[in-house]
Amino acid sequence: MTLTLLAAGGATIPDIIVFAVSAAVIIMGAFGVVTSRNPVHAALSLVMTLFGVAVLFIEQDANFLAAVQVIVYAGAIVVLFLFVIMFLGVDRRENIEAEPLVGQRPLALIFVGVAVASLVALLVSSHWVTGAHGVVGPINGSVNPGSPGAPSGEVAQLGKQLFTTYLFAFEATAALLVIAVVGAVVLARRERRDLEKPSVESPDDEPSSDSSEKEVLR
Amino acid sequence: MRSLLDPTAHLRTLGALASSGDPLFVHGLNWQVWLIVAIKVLVAFSALLVSVMLMIWFERKVISDMQSRIGPNRAGPWGLLQTMADGIKLFFKEDLLPERADSFVFKLAPYLSLIPALLIFTVVPVGGVITVGSHTFELQVADPPIGILFVLAMSSIAVYGVMLAGWSSGSKYPLLGSVRASAQMISYEAALGMTVVTVVLISGSLSTRAIVDSQAAAFWDWNLIRLGFLPFIFFMIAITAELTRPPFDLTEAESELVGGFHTEYSSIRFALFFLAEFMNTITMSAVVVTLFFGGPDGPIPRFIPTAEIWMPVVWFLLKVLVFLFIYVWFRAALPRFRYDQLMDLGWKRLIPMTLGWLMIVAAIVVWHWWGLLVAVGVVAAAVLLNRAFAVGATREEEHAILPPVGQRVWALSASDSGSDVDAERGDEGGPR
Repeated sequence: MTLTLLAAGGATIPDIIVFAVSAAVIIMGAFGVVTSRNPVHAALSLVMTLFGVAVLFIEQDANFLAAVQVIVYAGAIVVLFLFVIMFLGVDRRENIEAEPLVGQRPLALIFVGVAVASLVALLVSSHWVTGAHGVVGPINGSVNPGSPGAPSGEVAQLGKQLFTTYLFAFEATAALLVIAVVGAVVLARRERRDLEKPSVESPDDEPSSDSSEKEVLR
Repeated sequence: MRSLLDPTAHLRTLGALASSGDPLFVHGLNWQVWLIVAIKVLVAFSALLVSVMLMIWFERKVISDMQSRIGPNRAGPWGLLQTMADGIKLFFKEDLLPERADSFVFKLAPYLSLIPALLIFTVVPVGGVITVGSHTFELQVADPPIGILFVLAMSSIAVYGVMLAGWSSGSKYPLLGSVRASAQMISYEAALGMTVVTVVLISGSLSTRAIVDSQAAAFWDWNLIRLGFLPFIFFMIAITAELTRPPFDLTEAESELVGGFHTEYSSIRFALFFLAEFMNTITMSAVVVTLFFGGPDGPIPRFIPTAEIWMPVVWFLLKVLVFLFIYVWFRAALPRFRYDQLMDLGWKRLIPMTLGWLMIVAAIVVWHWWGLLVAVGVVAAAVLLNRAFAVGATREEEHAILPPVGQRVWALSASDSGSDVDAERGDEGGPR
């Protein structure tokens, strides 16, 4: 988005500085996620990346998206990651030199190349991947300024689009998430009968299944 | 609507509902604007630090009174400088780094606690709109269009401070304390967000300034009354849990966890956590006042010159003081919750109730008969949900270490028969 601005020559110097700094933060965070040996450090690097993206959103006047980015991704999802890392006790340093699957590195390189190439091709051939130029309209406009119940412009526009044009996708996503949660609960939850028999129950079993179940419920 | 200072405030208020923002920046940036912003930041920062100092003293004094003690009375008049003395002591203590700690995260965590606490205060309107020279500005550090969402975002970042402090200490009790704390904070954030949405629905804006302006007509226009008291009570419960203040202070339950997530911290890093905790108490009281009590709104004695400038600030401070007292009162009066009670309250009671109230308010905003209809629906859903909880509770009884809420008084006497129930139900298996 900022790139198009730069190309059009509409960017001011603060725009460029903000973009450069947050882009650097994003890239540093992304490298941190991949190269950190410690999973907790990797998760923290992810938070850094998400913050950089939030700053970019603010720079594009998408304030609501920035807030949601921080609340949902940094505030909930990465916290969930950290929970899992801490509960399962996988917060140890890993040897990232080891290659569990033979030939995964060259393959990964090829796939990244293909993905980047197709993204670039999409960006060149159309404005947006979805084909729509923009859904929110004028950001500072308001539906009914001053009347109670009328949220300020951006939120109103987003809400309206979400519950009219994109209603099906919205509901499908909601259903998908519910299915995922129910599935995780079903998978994580054991039959209590099995656990009661002392022969089946192993000392390590119960806490881990319990904690993962709670994880899902949270 | 009452104009706080200038006669055009009425128009400006209406404008603020549509697209908010500090009028300071209307004419672009120059050095005077920069200066005003810098002064605002400095004043807010130092006022917050001083008020934290006073708050710690206030809490110790009030709780001493409630417990028939004297409390700090040596350093300074009425012990006012006790906090300063403690701070200096902490500053000069040895700074320990546990051997098994993750040193980078260990050092980072206190700041992740403190900085959100500071930043939340920036969006709180502490007064009206004043004019100095040719510049008109709001008495609040920043007025971003996302206002109240910024508060939620920062309070969700504060979780990291607690969580990482416990984890990076490399020891058992801090980890348990931090897992408790972060689970608690995340659980109550949902209820918190839902109550905030009800406020946003009726105010029509996310900006804290617009929320305050929309309550400015008279006290019966405060969201406390407009939204029907319940959201305020939900918010108060959720925010107390979010702050991990008593009675929700399981994170620092000394009898169970030594000191909670900051067990391994000492010296200035511990002081930072301490500071963050009290600062959060103050800023969240300010947020409650902003959302439900009209912020700086209150009668202004117009016969006193310049009262229009400082009176809103006084009202704001008085309202915040009431809530600070209430927090101390909570601490003196209420016993600590147990962890499962806390989670039950959060997930099974508070979230459904806030969601139900949100739906009723939303329906009323559309059409009041819809409100009635939805209210009936919510009551029916509540009855169903209660039934579901009851069924779940009897099923849980077989294995739960602790019996569920509502059955705990006679739990100990009934524990003998629990094994019989097990035997009976063992073959059944039951649908899972």
